[in-house]
Amino acid sequence: MTDVVLEVEELSATYRGVVAVEGLTLNVPAGRIVTVIGPNGAGKTTLLNAVMGVLPARGVVRFRGEAIGRLDVEARVRRGISLVPETRELFATLGVEDNLRLGFWRHRGAGAAAMRRALDEVYALFPRLRERRSQAAGTLSGGERQMLAMGRALMARPSLLMLDEPSLGLAPLIVRDIFRAIAALRDTGVAILLVEQNARAALQVAEYGYVLETGRIALQGASAMLAADPRVIETYLGVG
Amino acid sequence: MNSVDPTIFLILLQDGIVNGAIYALLALSLVLVFAVTRVVLIPQGEFVAYGALTYATLGAGRVPGSVFLLCALGIAACGYGFWAERRTLDLSATLRLLGETILLPAAVLVLTLWLAPQRAGIAVEAFLALLIVAPMAPYLYRIAFQPMAEASVLVLLIAAVGVHLAMVGLGLVFFGPEGSRGDAFSGATYTLGALTVPGQALWIVGATLLIMAALALFFGLTLRGKALRATAVNRLGARLVGIPTAQSGRLAFALAGCIGALSGVLIAPLTTVYYDSGFLIGLKGFVAAIVGGLVSYPAALVAALAVGIGESFSSFYASAFKEVIVFGAIVPVLLARSLLAAPEAEEE
Ligand SMILES: Nc1ncnc2c1ncn2[C@@H]1O[C@H](COP(=O)(O)OP(=O)(O)O)[C@@H](O)[C@H]1O
Ligand SMILES: [Mg+2]
Repeated sequence: MTDVVLEVEELSATYRGVVAVEGLTLNVPAGRIVTVIGPNGAGKTTLLNAVMGVLPARGVVRFRGEAIGRLDVEARVRRGISLVPETRELFATLGVEDNLRLGFWRHRGAGAAAMRRALDEVYALFPRLRERRSQAAGTLSGGERQMLAMGRALMARPSLLMLDEPSLGLAPLIVRDIFRAIAALRDTGVAILLVEQNARAALQVAEYGYVLETGRIALQGASAMLAADPRVIETYLGVG
Repeated sequence: MNSVDPTIFLILLQDGIVNGAIYALLALSLVLVFAVTRVVLIPQGEFVAYGALTYATLGAGRVPGSVFLLCALGIAACGYGFWAERRTLDLSATLRLLGETILLPAAVLVLTLWLAPQRAGIAVEAFLALLIVAPMAPYLYRIAFQPMAEASVLVLLIAAVGVHLAMVGLGLVFFGPEGSRGDAFSGATYTLGALTVPGQALWIVGATLLIMAALALFFGLTLRGKALRATAVNRLGARLVGIPTAQSGRLAFALAGCIGALSGVLIAPLTTVYYDSGFLIGLKGFVAAIVGGLVSYPAALVAALAVGIGESFSSFYASAFKEVIVFGAIVPVLLARSLLAAPEAEEE
């Protein structure tokens, strides 16, 4: 089954008239990890924010066949899209578990037992969060904050999870943990749109990739193919 | 200056605590509204004055004009709600909007027309005054603030001043230029050594403590309360988990409206309230809130008590300068705050 969860067609977004992304067309199939790599300022964050509805954009965004371009952020969350933003946007003064509970907002009618189950699943994925569950989110380390941001997004049980540079500013060991968690998530059936500057790790975990340069898609293909492309190797994978 | 007589000292202290309790409630709702919506709620004092005058009018057996304002605001909020949510309205949202903005004020109007002439008793009248005044706040949020929720603090402040001026003007229309007093909840007085404590003072302090406890439980234990705090600490984060921030804003305004109206009902028996009395009362709550930087509840509470006590002592020793002293005291506090906060502010 190759259901397409997210279809983006000819998406363009501007900041006060200055074009940030233009004419982007991409797909995310169900149960797959699709990555968008590219240098700083290429427009990766703009793309995710536009799909989430945080930023206005032109073009077509279809989620499970429904055009969602005119819906507000809350309605998109209700449809099953979650974004873990580059800036995390945690509730700093609230505890770790309260942050997670609020991630369950979309399902708050489902009852305490359902929330408990969702919490346990997140804790199973990130045991560190269980240890820290009553600590204020603002006091967490960088890696723990990323885990909490992902955990909070997962509490909504999305069918599409969008991750904006989850490895940004993290130590290599933590990056490995995070990418393991991403791979584990794919096996639960959620579609993932992963934006990264860490092209090596992203292409390893994803099935398909797009290379974004100055707001346009410069290259696309199966990850293995991209990883073998001389242009990608030279610009994004380096020699080491 | 004469030395302080201990009895007078105690009386002044008691007055100060009672006033301080009211200022604390107002400061609390100002901090809450600002944290959630970034609106500096200048019209907070009008909810107090409307609450007091509506309660006093009901006590005189008349129908207060404010109930018609409630209906008008409800209809306007309904119209705006339909327009703003025209793309996302489904059946349940439509019913909820109609219930909130049409059914509720209609029911309050019927209740008022029925109960007002027959002097239904202090408890009923106090509750009715709350029902008439408190819902105005979320309606005003829908009409005046929600359309520009993402505007700058300054623009929102200007809108708040506009709402304040409009409400004072309408207050004059509905309640007239002469002041009124409401009936006390309890005529009893209690003697405590040399001190005579009126029952109403106990009502005020008791109600304040009760409201604070209720708010603490609401924010500490319920998911909706936590959602409100979440909206306050991180708006974007709240939107990303699907918390509707407009709804959070209305809830914050509704709480502020309840607290303001209740404060008005509580003070109505103690002082004569005029249509424009709200501003000065609200301003003192505002001073306390500012001391807390519009973000800290505990600092605002302590400051509110200090304002109340300071006001009570300065009105005894230098009554002509009472307001000057109270508002003058804010200057060194703000100075200290800005000096202490300077390194932090630089980062932004
Ligand atoms: N808030 C903003 N205002 C103006 N320009 C912006 C803003 N955010 C991003 N940009 C510009 O849009 C382009 C794409 O930025 P962004 O999407 O953040 O890139 P990336 O996430 O790939 O680093 C950049 O040229 C950036 O300077
Ligand atoms: Mg970015």
